[in-house]
Amino acid sequence: MSQTAPLRGRAEAEAARLPPLLARAEHLAGAVLLGEHGRRRAGLGDDFWQYRPVMPGDERRHIDWRRSARSDSQFVRQREWKISQSVMLWVDAAASMRFASDTTLPEKSDRARLLALATAILLIRGGERVGLTGGTMPPRRGQPQIQRLAQALTQGSDEDYATPDIRGLSAHGRALFVSDFLGDTAAVRASLTAAADRGVQGILLQVLDPAEETFPFRGRTIFESIGGTLAHETLKAGALQARYLERLAARKDELARLCLATGWQYQCHHTHISPQSALLWLYRAFDRGRVI
Amino acid sequence: MMIGALGFTAPWLLAALIALPILWLILRAVPPAPLRRRFPGVVLLLGLRDDDSVTDRTPWWLMLLRMLALAAVIIGLAGPVLNPQAEDQQAAKGPLLILLDASWASARDWAAQQELLDTILAEAGREGRTVAIKRLSDPGPVPQFQAAEEMRRLLPGLVPNSWIAQPDMMAPALVIPDEDTFETRWFSDGLMHPGRDILIAALEKHGPVSVYESPRAILALAPALMQDGGVNLTAHRARPGTPREVTAEAYGRDPAGIERVLASLTLEFAAGDTNAEATLLLPAELRERLTHFALSGQGHAGAISLTDDSLKRREVALIAGRDDREGLELLSQLHYLKQALIPTADLLDGALMDILPANPDVIVLADVATLAGGEQAALLEWVDKGGLLLRFAGPRLAASDVSRDAEAPLMPVRLRVGGRSVGGAMSWGSPKSLAPFDENSPFHGLEIPDDVTVSAQVLAQPDPTLADRVIAQLNDGTPLVTRKRIGQGQVVLFHVPANAEWSTLPLSGLFVQMLERLAVSSAAAMPEAAELAGTTWKPVKVLDGFGALQDAGNLPGIAGEALIDMPLGPDLRPGIYDGPERRIARNVMAHGSILEPMTWPARIPVSGLEHLDETALGGWLLAAALILLTLDILASLALSGRLLPARATTALLALMMLSTLPDAGHAQENTSAASEVVLAHVLTGNREVDSTAQAGLFGLSQTLFFRTSVEPASPIGVNLETDELAFFPLLYWPVTPDQPMPSAEAYIKLNTYLRKGGMILFDTRDANISGFGASSPNGAMLQKLAAPLDIPPLEPVPEDHVLTRAFYLLQAFPGRYAGRSVWAEAAPPEAEKIEGMPFRNLNDGVTPVVIGGNDWAAAWAMDENGRYMFPVGRGYAGERQRELAYRFGVNLVMHVLTGNYKSDQVHVPALLERLGQ
Repeated sequence: MSQTAPLRGRAEAEAARLPPLLARAEHLAGAVLLGEHGRRRAGLGDDFWQYRPVMPGDERRHIDWRRSARSDSQFVRQREWKISQSVMLWVDAAASMRFASDTTLPEKSDRARLLALATAILLIRGGERVGLTGGTMPPRRGQPQIQRLAQALTQGSDEDYATPDIRGLSAHGRALFVSDFLGDTAAVRASLTAAADRGVQGILLQVLDPAEETFPFRGRTIFESIGGTLAHETLKAGALQARYLERLAARKDELARLCLATGWQYQCHHTHISPQSALLWLYRAFDRGRVI
Repeated sequence: MMIGALGFTAPWLLAALIALPILWLILRAVPPAPLRRRFPGVVLLLGLRDDDSVTDRTPWWLMLLRMLALAAVIIGLAGPVLNPQAEDQQAAKGPLLILLDASWASARDWAAQQELLDTILAEAGREGRTVAIKRLSDPGPVPQFQAAEEMRRLLPGLVPNSWIAQPDMMAPALVIPDEDTFETRWFSDGLMHPGRDILIAALEKHGPVSVYESPRAILALAPALMQDGGVNLTAHRARPGTPREVTAEAYGRDPAGIERVLASLTLEFAAGDTNAEATLLLPAELRERLTHFALSGQGHAGAISLTDDSLKRREVALIAGRDDREGLELLSQLHYLKQALIPTADLLDGALMDILPANPDVIVLADVATLAGGEQAALLEWVDKGGLLLRFAGPRLAASDVSRDAEAPLMPVRLRVGGRSVGGAMSWGSPKSLAPFDENSPFHGLEIPDDVTVSAQVLAQPDPTLADRVIAQLNDGTPLVTRKRIGQGQVVLFHVPANAEWSTLPLSGLFVQMLERLAVSSAAAMPEAAELAGTTWKPVKVLDGFGALQDAGNLPGIAGEALIDMPLGPDLRPGIYDGPERRIARNVMAHGSILEPMTWPARIPVSGLEHLDETALGGWLLAAALILLTLDILASLALSGRLLPARATTALLALMMLSTLPDAGHAQENTSAASEVVLAHVLTGNREVDSTAQAGLFGLSQTLFFRTSVEPASPIGVNLETDELAFFPLLYWPVTPDQPMPSAEAYIKLNTYLRKGGMILFDTRDANISGFGASSPNGAMLQKLAAPLDIPPLEPVPEDHVLTRAFYLLQAFPGRYAGRSVWAEAAPPEAEKIEGMPFRNLNDGVTPVVIGGNDWAAAWAMDENGRYMFPVGRGYAGERQRELAYRFGVNLVMHVLTGNYKSDQVHVPALLERLGQ
């Protein structure tokens, strides 16, 4: 719990800088639940939508007498149809995320959780329901959910690299996957394809450390993964830089193409850059709801 | 093994240096220890292979660093020694005789000599040789040979003497006690001394002789000479050589009695010349103070030239009786005296009582008969203290009754009435000539020319004492010059006048010589030995070898003839000697003496005084290796990125920079005052009054802002002591009875402010209780405050004053009180009201002060929200009064800012028209 409060506090601070995020739902999902998002069509809801002339089949009690009294014909008052989206988050909790190349930089996992929770807060304020994949935390709304999310997000796992967990993704919902995506790409591909098959649209946010982006190493070095399961020794790290960057670019390209194919959105974020820019991008991405 | 000046104790270790290139190859082939890094991106590295097997090399400079460290260790262990003492020098064993010239010429390099001597003694001590040290300038035999360490202890006591060894002093050195063979080392001063050859020959019989001699040229200064009124200085050097300049400094006592350099003179040796000569011109006052000359930077007795009486010019005061024959110069009483004395003495002119305080050496009274009582007493006292009073007879003296019946105190003899005249047209006999001088006479030995005759003189009364007092007489035995001693001084009377009327004596060279002998004029040359025979001279100050003057202490006196001729030695040291009536200096260099360099026989090795110390370098090299290895550690850390990040250092530096940023706060204070119109009030120290003034000026500023094109900034309180006033058009000065008086500087500032066109509005704030004047405490204070100010005459503001119409038309100037009149600068009296015009023609400047007591600030006072802070009057009338107060304020500011613009005739018609409405 001790970690929860500062994380939540900072997330609240980040979220406070943006207006409530209103995610746009494109589809009427099968499991539509009433929410505060106008569907731009008449339906069940609280807000006034339009008056329309009474048509055969309308119940009498639906006639708006106040409006009808002002004219000769009779009108029915319609309300806007509102639904809420469920957004599922997956934040990489593996050991590879617990890395910072410099003491002044945050760990990748820290940044990932911050962004995820800030997004969750925005979404919940906007009336969406937010949950975590993996089946442990179904989408819910309201302040207590933020508390629960914050608590769940602080837990890390021991495995070196994680793959996106798509259990509990509701069909036609939205999803946000935050990870460094340095693990197995085949698993990512499989998860994303499965999610897309269920009609889930979402966002891949890749969080990288600047050192991972530039590879500023020289000399004889043994590189080890954070969990210690993988190791690579080189006599001349400087000579590896070009090939490493090549591979990293290939990895990013693969993710981007995967997203393009599945209708997801992909963005890479570095920990030395302000989280605000990433959150802004996430906000727009949810709002836009479509692939660029 | 020797490489240049470098030797090694273990040279075979240097072979290890060959291993360095091999080490280089090996070291650079071995990769550095790997770093372990946690890096999530390792996934992307899996499967990548290194390009070649020999990969990252240690940087070449790090390798070089390590190689240097290693080389330093190897060389350091090989035991390098700088300037190792060659072993073969100590071939000669046995006793060691060290001869020191120890004359003034070796004083300059004495320290180097001592050092070398110490080294030699240390060496001899190590080798167990016995040593004897002999100063040649000391009389006496060679001392016993003793252990070198014993002699080393005596070393600090060895000092050079201020004289050069004479042959008779060298002779005892030939007597060598109980040793047959010994080595001789001779520390020479570089000068040729008589008798050296014999000594060398004698010493060479006992063993080898070697010589140490400084190659530096020896300079010496000859005694100073008076020549044409200047001081002639000559420097000598032993060997002719390249052109060279030396500086001679003249030392003397300043008026406080402290010795300092009074003048300096550059002497230039021409190439190939051994003499350098120059003349120093000094005012007589300074010349009197000289004690000695010294060549700078030499530091031995030969470079010192002591001065004695031969440099001093005597001060002679010439006083004649009243000269009633103006214009006949050749007949003047003093003409011949002046001609005789000018080249050698300083003449003083003036009244007797004016001259006496200057304490001249000689006072000449030419035909002065009577002296006033005061004059006589003063003169007597002066003579008693050693003055020489020289009197000449003449018609006036002959006609007077001086020293007639009783001997006058200032006359050597009694005089007979009238005197006598011989050889003239009206008398018998021929003019008398002079008799040869007596042995006891100071003139003894002077040759008497034939043409010196005396035709008239005053005659001395034959008294019992007369015979003793005559020092020159005529052929017939009548006294011509008589002398009487009084205390330490003397009175000398020439029985003839100092002009050619009575005798031809003043025309002859004898006259000059006689004056010289009487020490009226100084003797330019050293006296002859014969002259000093029988006298004893006492040393006052003597020079030591280094050229320092020291008290003579109880050194014995010197016979006069020896003083001149005898060579310097332990019995006659260079210095200043005091004798009867004068001082004589004996210098190391005499007139005409030269410096002759010593030429040693070719068989004798001569070396310089410099010697090199053995320096072991091993420790330094090992230390350097340690430092290099430390650097290597740092560099290795930096290479592997484990050194403290540079950012921390940068941040520290930035912090330091920040803290040194200048405090730029204060200069901003007056910018608003300078860039905008600002009303100001004087801070009185009374907080209530000050805040009221501030609020009042704020209200007035607001009013001006709303109603006129004057848009003042917020008013400022002014501290007269510290603030600059030039920015403010108007100073509002509320008067409180207890405010401090401004300082004088503040008043200077205020007056400048008023003269440059500023205005002060004095407000006594008491119109409700008192009239104008000192009747109230505020009024009294105002009088005090304004007294030092430069304020013109004042008058109550007249009806046509420009203040009444600068912006608003006003006739009253109420504030919180509508009390009494307001005063401003009076109009010039010639201003006349022109018929038909409502105003006088007043076109002069702005009134510098306006004085009133209506407490305007209270009427103007407004808080930030524009609410009036003080009630004025009652009801509508009160509001009207406040409005008038504001109008007065507006008029005042307008008047200050626009001057007498509204007074211009141009505007009169328009104003008239408006007045008519």
